[in-house]
Amino acid sequence: MKRRILALSLVLVLLLTMSSLAQQKGKLEIFSWWTAGGEAEGLQALLDLYQKKYPGVEVINATVAGGAGANAKAVLKTRMLGGDPPDTFQVHAGHELIDTWVKTGFMESLTSLYKQEGWEKVMPKGILDIVTYNKEYWSVPVNIHRANVLWYNKKIFAENNLKPPKTFDEFFKVADALKAKGITPFVIGTKEGWEAAHIFETVLIGKLGSEGYKGLWTGKTKWADPKVTDALETFKKMLTYVNSDHPARTWDEACSLIVDGTGAMTIMGDWAVGYFYAKEFKDFGWALVPENTGIFDALSDSFGLPKGAKNRTNVINFLKLLGSKEGQEAFNLKKGSIPARTDVDKSKFPEYQRSCMNDWLKDKIVPSVMHGAAASEGWVTEYKDVISLFIVRPDVKTTQKALVNVAIKNGVKQ
Amino acid sequence: MQKDKLYSFLFLLPSIILIGIFVYGFIVWTGFISFTNWNDIFPDFSLVGFRNYIELFQNLRFQISMKNTLVFTFLFLISSLIIGFLLAVLLDQKIRVENIFRNIYLFPMAISFIVTGVVWRWILNPGTSGNPIGLNLIFDKLGLSFLKSGWYTDPKIGIKAVVIAAVWQMSGYVMAMYLAGIRGIPSELFEAAQVDGASTWKVYRYIVVPLLRPITLGAIIILGHISLKIFDLVVAMTGSGAGFSCDVPALFMYDTTFRGNHFAQGACIAIILLLLVGVLIIPYLTYSLRSEVKR
Repeated sequence: MKRRILALSLVLVLLLTMSSLAQQKGKLEIFSWWTAGGEAEGLQALLDLYQKKYPGVEVINATVAGGAGANAKAVLKTRMLGGDPPDTFQVHAGHELIDTWVKTGFMESLTSLYKQEGWEKVMPKGILDIVTYNKEYWSVPVNIHRANVLWYNKKIFAENNLKPPKTFDEFFKVADALKAKGITPFVIGTKEGWEAAHIFETVLIGKLGSEGYKGLWTGKTKWADPKVTDALETFKKMLTYVNSDHPARTWDEACSLIVDGTGAMTIMGDWAVGYFYAKEFKDFGWALVPENTGIFDALSDSFGLPKGAKNRTNVINFLKLLGSKEGQEAFNLKKGSIPARTDVDKSKFPEYQRSCMNDWLKDKIVPSVMHGAAASEGWVTEYKDVISLFIVRPDVKTTQKALVNVAIKNGVKQ
Repeated sequence: MQKDKLYSFLFLLPSIILIGIFVYGFIVWTGFISFTNWNDIFPDFSLVGFRNYIELFQNLRFQISMKNTLVFTFLFLISSLIIGFLLAVLLDQKIRVENIFRNIYLFPMAISFIVTGVVWRWILNPGTSGNPIGLNLIFDKLGLSFLKSGWYTDPKIGIKAVVIAAVWQMSGYVMAMYLAGIRGIPSELFEAAQVDGASTWKVYRYIVVPLLRPITLGAIIILGHISLKIFDLVVAMTGSGAGFSCDVPALFMYDTTFRGNHFAQGACIAIILLLLVGVLIIPYLTYSLRSEVKR
C-alpha cells in the first residue's frame, strides 16, 4: 500500500514538472462589454491571434452586455471590491481608469512594459497623457474613437443641394431646408440616457473651443460662462429638429433612420461607421460637428493589469499583443476605430478610418467626457442626468445652475 | 419542557445566525454607510451626519423618481385589486372550464419581471408615426388610430405605461387570493342572505367584500412592497425613460452606486426604501401578531 502511494505521488510530481516545462499554460480571463457586431469581432480577432501564439492557454472571454458598458462596470466593481479581479478588463483611458482604479490602488504599473516594448515612441502624447498618473503608465490603449462626428445621408444632401454645415448657423439653415421637405433633419436616440450628453459635449466643444472645453473639467473655465449658456441655447434649438420618438431609440436605432432615408443627420461617435458597414449602407457621409474644426474629441478603450490577477504572465503576454502592430491592426480593422499606434499600415484601412488617422496626427486632441476620459465617473453620471432632464425640460437657466452645482460637488471651484 | 425549548432553539440557531448576519447585519451596515463620505470606489468611513440625506432630497432626479414610485404604487394597487376581484367574482359563477381560466389568469405571475418587461417593451414600442409597431399597429389596423400614443416614450405617460405591464402580471395572483377567500366564506351566510331576499349586489356589498378584508390587506402588503422596490421590470422595459419619467428610486440607487461610485448616496436610497416598506409592513405585522396571540 505504502509503495503504491509512493509510486502515485512520483507520477504526480512528474506530471507537474512536465506541465511546467511546457509553454504557457493555464487560463486568461478577459473582461469587457464587447458583445455585439464589430466590437465582438475585433475582440475575437485578437483572441485568435493570442491563441495562435499561446495555444496552451485557455482564454475565458467574460462579457457583460448593455448600456454602453454600464452593466459591465457594475459587475466589475463588485468583483474588484470582492477581491476577485478578472485577469484584465476593458476600461476607458482617462479619468475612468485613473480616478476609479489607479488612485485607489487597484492596478499595477505598466511602465516597464512600455519601456520594453517601445510604446512611448509609437503612441502620440495625447493618448499617453491620459493613461499616465504619477509619471507611470497604467493601461494599454487598443484603439481610438472620435466622438465629434456629424453623419449624414449623402443622397438626401445631394438631392436637396445641401452641404454639410460648418457652423451652427449653417446647421439650422440646412435643418430648416430639410424640414420643409418633410425629412427629419436631425435624428437622435436618447433611450439609454448617455446619447444626449454625448451630443451636448460636442456642442460645448464647438462653442468653447478645445482649451475652453478642457478647462471645464479642471476649473479653468467656469460653468457659469456665457459661452456655456450659448451652448445650451444652441442645443435647445437643435432639439426642436429631432425625431419625436427619440426616447424609444438607442443610438443605432437612430442611425437606422439615416439608413432608410427618413432622417438626414446625426451626431455620434465613429462606432456608427461599424453600424453603417454592417447594414451595407454606402451613402453615408461624414463631417465634423459644427465649429469643431481641428479638434479631435477622443476616447480610448484600454486594458490594464489589476493587482492580484491570477494569471499574471498570460495577461502580460496579452497586453504585449494589444500594443503590438499586428494586434492593433487586427482589432481595429474589425471594430471600425483607429489604432493608438501611429506606425501601422494605413492602406489596409477603409476610407473613413484613413481620414480619421490623418486628423489624429494633426488635430488638437480633447478628452471625451461622456466616455470616461475627461472627468471622474461620479461627475459623468451627474452631468449625464442633468442633460437627460434638459431633453424634456429645456430650461437653460436651471440646467446651467445644475451643471455649476455638479462641478462644485465634484471638487472643482467655480 | 425545558429540553424541548433547548432543542428547538438549537435547530433554529443556524438560520438565526445567517439571517442575523446577512439580513439584519447588512441593514445596519447600509445604515452606517449612508452616514459616511463613501463617494469613491475606495471606502471612506468618515461620518458626515445627515449630509447625504439632505443632498439626496435636493436631487431633482430623486424627487422625480419618488413621485413616480408613489404614482406607480397607487395605480398598480388600485388596478390590480379591482381587476383581480372582478376576475375572481366572474370565475366564481360556477362556469364550466374554471380550471383552464384560472390557470390562464395565473400564468403571468409565473414569469419573471424581466421577461414581462422585455415583452411589454416591444408591445408598447410606438414606432414612428409613419411606421407604427406593436399595439399602435393594431390600433392603426382597426381604424382606432386616435388611440395611438407614445406610451412609455411620452414623458407625460412614462411610468403609467409600466403600470400596465405590472398589472398584467400580478392581477391573476390577486384573483387567486380572492377566489380562495370567496370559496372560504361559509355557504350558510349566502343561504341566509337569500332567505332574507338580498340582491346579488347586496350579497357582495355586505357579505363578500367585508369578509374578504384580511385578504385585501394581505394583497396590499404583498403588492405594495413589490411596487415600492420595483427594479427589474423597469430596467427591462424602459430604463429611466425620457427626462426620468420612468425612473424609480431602485434604479437611481443602482445608477448612483455602480456608475457614479456614490456608495453613500446609494445606501441612503436603500434606507429610504426600507423605511417606506417598513411603513407598510410593520402595522401589518403587529396586527397579525396581535390576532395570533388572541387565538
